[in-house]
Amino acid sequence: MKNYFEIVWAIINKDLISELRTKETISSIIIFTVLVFVIFNFTFEPGASYINEIAPGILWVAYIFASVLGLNRTFLPERENNCISGLMLTPIDRGAIYLAKMLGNIIFIFIVVGLSLPIFTIFYNINIFPFLPKLLLVFFLSIAGIAGLGTALSAMAVNTKTREIMLPILLFPLMVPLILAAVKTTGSILQGKSFSEISGWLKLLTAFDIIFITVPYLTFEYLIEE
Amino acid sequence: MDSVIEVKQVSKYFGKKVALNNVNLSLCNSESLTLFGPNGAGKSTLLKIMSTLLHPSAGDVTICGISIHDDKPSIRKYIGIISHDSFLYGNLTAEENLFFYGKLYGVKNLKNRVDELLEKFNLTIHRDTLVRTFSRGMSQRLAIARAIIHDPAIIFLDEPYTGLDPQASDSLTNILFGFHQDKKTMIITTHDLEKGWTTATKIAILACGEIRLLEDKSNIKKENISEIYLNCIKTK
Repeated sequence: MKNYFEIVWAIINKDLISELRTKETISSIIIFTVLVFVIFNFTFEPGASYINEIAPGILWVAYIFASVLGLNRTFLPERENNCISGLMLTPIDRGAIYLAKMLGNIIFIFIVVGLSLPIFTIFYNINIFPFLPKLLLVFFLSIAGIAGLGTALSAMAVNTKTREIMLPILLFPLMVPLILAAVKTTGSILQGKSFSEISGWLKLLTAFDIIFITVPYLTFEYLIEE
Repeated sequence: MDSVIEVKQVSKYFGKKVALNNVNLSLCNSESLTLFGPNGAGKSTLLKIMSTLLHPSAGDVTICGISIHDDKPSIRKYIGIISHDSFLYGNLTAEENLFFYGKLYGVKNLKNRVDELLEKFNLTIHRDTLVRTFSRGMSQRLAIARAIIHDPAIIFLDEPYTGLDPQASDSLTNILFGFHQDKKTMIITTHDLEKGWTTATKIAILACGEIRLLEDKSNIKKENISEIYLNCIKTK
């Protein structure tokens, strides 16, 4: 088991080192996220009373579209010099590749959330900090679901010629329950509601994560096959 | 002598296209087979099946007695692949690439093994250099180091001379002789008759997905190989 997680970490570490050297993915996602916040901010009157109701929607629109940018690049480094074949020739479990790529995506998306959330609070004048522990749980469950499903679909789309458009076309319809749950729970938490009032949405998020992480993990060998 | 590699009645279809048709061959320990064939003959498909990257549509391959239908991860431990693609990450250094693959193969004493390979392939002074800045020859040497990081008994080389200048080609030939001395079992695919002849102990010619010739090199005269090749690749 220790070896298994060493392998998972080796793949994550390889991707992190590569990203730190190029900063291709993170920088473009952060710029995109902030741009979405800015554009939506222009469309609403400053201090409007309805901001609190629509802000969670804006937040998740920004994060979901930004996530797609990152997810599209998940397997691109493996295409360079046909590294995916090098990876597939090693005796490691295919599930470990999926797990590593999924966890890497979670890390990347969380970095973007960490850097952009303060900007969101300034633009929309919403104090999220009293609700931060609850919001972190919702963010974690939602981002895990996005990364779980997105990593699997990214592996399928990477060998297609139209992968940039293929991933969102496959991803968005399947993510509808997650998007609904993420927006509803975030909105409810910002209105000061307790966990018991949003427990149904949290259960939906948890079920989504379990299904869309377990199934790709178990079937990844077939998803990534040539 | 027991066969290390045994290909039994392997066929592969891509839709209606027949890439391999009832291919049979076997190789004993420390033999070196050169597989000649024109583009599209099925050489790379056969290597991909033997290295567990592709499933055959029919037939079986056993590597060191293990069937590809039974235990692919165990087979992968015995195999190293050198291709015209380097399988190297351009944004990692030479050392980081070797460490990465070494960890995935579970290599013991990895630091020593990486040092040994960098030394062997004259890459020690480039150990901290990003691979994307490497020349084709340097990349090829590092790709070979990567392929043998786990000291495999069997080495597959898929068009290894592609894109190499004469100096790098000679260097690769010397490395292959080294593998031969180390008693590695090798299969090399190429359409370069001169280069492929040099390191072979066995010759095979593949055309239209069929093995048209499989002989010990000692049974073939070098001056005839060109004529034999041209006769074999003629469409039946």
